[in-house]
Amino acid sequence: MLKPRSIEKFAKFILWCAALFTVTFLVLVLGFILSNGLPKVSWEFLTAEPEAMGAAGGIFSTIVSTVIFTVTTLVIAVPIGILAAIYLTEYISKGPIAGAIRFGTDALAGIPSIVFGLFGFAFFVVILKPVTGGWSLASGALTAAFMILPTIITTTEEAIKAVPDSYREGSYALGATKWQTVSRIVLPSALPGVMTGVILGIGRIVGETAALLLTLGGSLYVPLSLTDPASTMSMHLYKVAMEVGAMDMAFGTATVLIITVLLINISANFIMRGLKRRTTT
Amino acid sequence: MNREHREKIYRVILFASALIALLVIIMIGGFIFGEGMPIFTKYGLDKVLLGSKWQPSNHIYGLWPMIIGSIYTTMGALILGVPLGVLTAIFLAEVAPKRLVDLVIRPAIELLAGIPSVVYGLFGMVIIVPAIRALASTIPAYAEDPLLSSGYGIIAGSIILSIMILPTIISISEDAIRSVPAEYKEGSLALGATHWQTISKVMLPAASSGIIAAVVLGMGRAIGETMAIIMVAGNAPIVPDSIFSSVRSLTGNIAIEMAYSSGEHTKALFATGIVLFILIMIVNSFALWISKRGLKNA
Repeated sequence: MLKPRSIEKFAKFILWCAALFTVTFLVLVLGFILSNGLPKVSWEFLTAEPEAMGAAGGIFSTIVSTVIFTVTTLVIAVPIGILAAIYLTEYISKGPIAGAIRFGTDALAGIPSIVFGLFGFAFFVVILKPVTGGWSLASGALTAAFMILPTIITTTEEAIKAVPDSYREGSYALGATKWQTVSRIVLPSALPGVMTGVILGIGRIVGETAALLLTLGGSLYVPLSLTDPASTMSMHLYKVAMEVGAMDMAFGTATVLIITVLLINISANFIMRGLKRRTTT
Repeated sequence: MNREHREKIYRVILFASALIALLVIIMIGGFIFGEGMPIFTKYGLDKVLLGSKWQPSNHIYGLWPMIIGSIYTTMGALILGVPLGVLTAIFLAEVAPKRLVDLVIRPAIELLAGIPSVVYGLFGMVIIVPAIRALASTIPAYAEDPLLSSGYGIIAGSIILSIMILPTIISISEDAIRSVPAEYKEGSLALGATHWQTISKVMLPAASSGIIAAVVLGMGRAIGETMAIIMVAGNAPIVPDSIFSSVRSLTGNIAIEMAYSSGEHTKALFATGIVLFILIMIVNSFALWISKRGLKNA
């Protein structure tokens, strides 16, 4: 029979190992991709058009497409998400309607991206073809907007709930209406929290691929309008790795993608830290 | 227009926005079922679900290989990822020095969660698959069969998925462990139990429903993951008979064939979507139910 003290030591050793293992995974993945990809990344790589299906040249058009796609998605999802969150927190927080809407949000958050892709294909690409142009930035952005809607709704809800009631009471006492209170007092106070949600959403859509395979079209030209097909960086990475077999290009693209995600994470942390400081003082 | 009128209009706009989330989930269900159901009615529920052959060119649409493929890779991911994730969560909540957690481990896990799945897929293709290929080549019976010796398959898929579900499992389990009331821990320590005895016999049982919810949510992520799995699993639509075997997931079936499918074949891919949709709904409702029940008991 082992002594509890020895078991204690052994158990803690295992716990340290587990955490070390987890961090090692990250270092391994990042280190491997970056060490293979960084030599590939140059000004030329970022600004040249892809050639030979992406086997040569740069990734310029995919960077442009990623930016346009991300901005379009946000323009659709952020207003809807914020308005929905306001309704769920300030207007009805209980009752069957709120319950049904929350169920919808929860369910939406769990749906795999490929299923969103199927829906986007059937609805935006096929049925709404006269409007969206079929496989296009518009179809991809509409599909992705619904994917990040739950993230934006829930983070905005949290941020709005954290606004002290005294703010609202003060506003009402001055004779403001509900909407005036919400739009001029509550929402500005909740803004940093809302921003965090938006940045988390950006992180998700920049890395999104599966749904876009079915909706975005995969063209390697710089899109000139929202009804043009396009290819984002992550989609491009998949195609050059799996279909073209140009691994050096894949590593280069993956490196640019990782640096983008890193910058997004850092800015989210920055905003959250600012938020914490403000609420504690 | 007076104030009251305007307030009413704002209210309607807000309500409409809130309704969109619910509307979209209904539309997603509607479209997937509308497009995919004809396959089930035409070929029979059992033939489609349990049929072990997927040959769209011959109008044979058996989804069993993909159902099994998703189950095997998900189980593999849980076997590898759950112990590691839960142990790391215990470490973060109970053992780790606070500075180490704040400066190193938590940012690392956040980053792990933020890396796009195609990047994991690339890592798997270039590192994990060749390692498994080398291992498979040492097994004489497998060396001849490309479906078993390529390195692409269940093991590679499970390893990649296990890394991808770690952040989910760690963060939700850690929350569950941290929310165990301090009195439980203090009481146990006061009775002379060691820290590990307290963790394993008092805190983990108290946090069990949260940890189970974490595992189930991780399972949902693994089932729904698409890109990383198609980059490392080989994607042969066969019922695997070895863990070295090439395998195709439900998600992979849709992503790979959608681009060149048409007519009935496309509908069969939507039918694949139905199976995936139902599977995910069951798994996620179970997770929700578990965590709600945990809250009630606490």
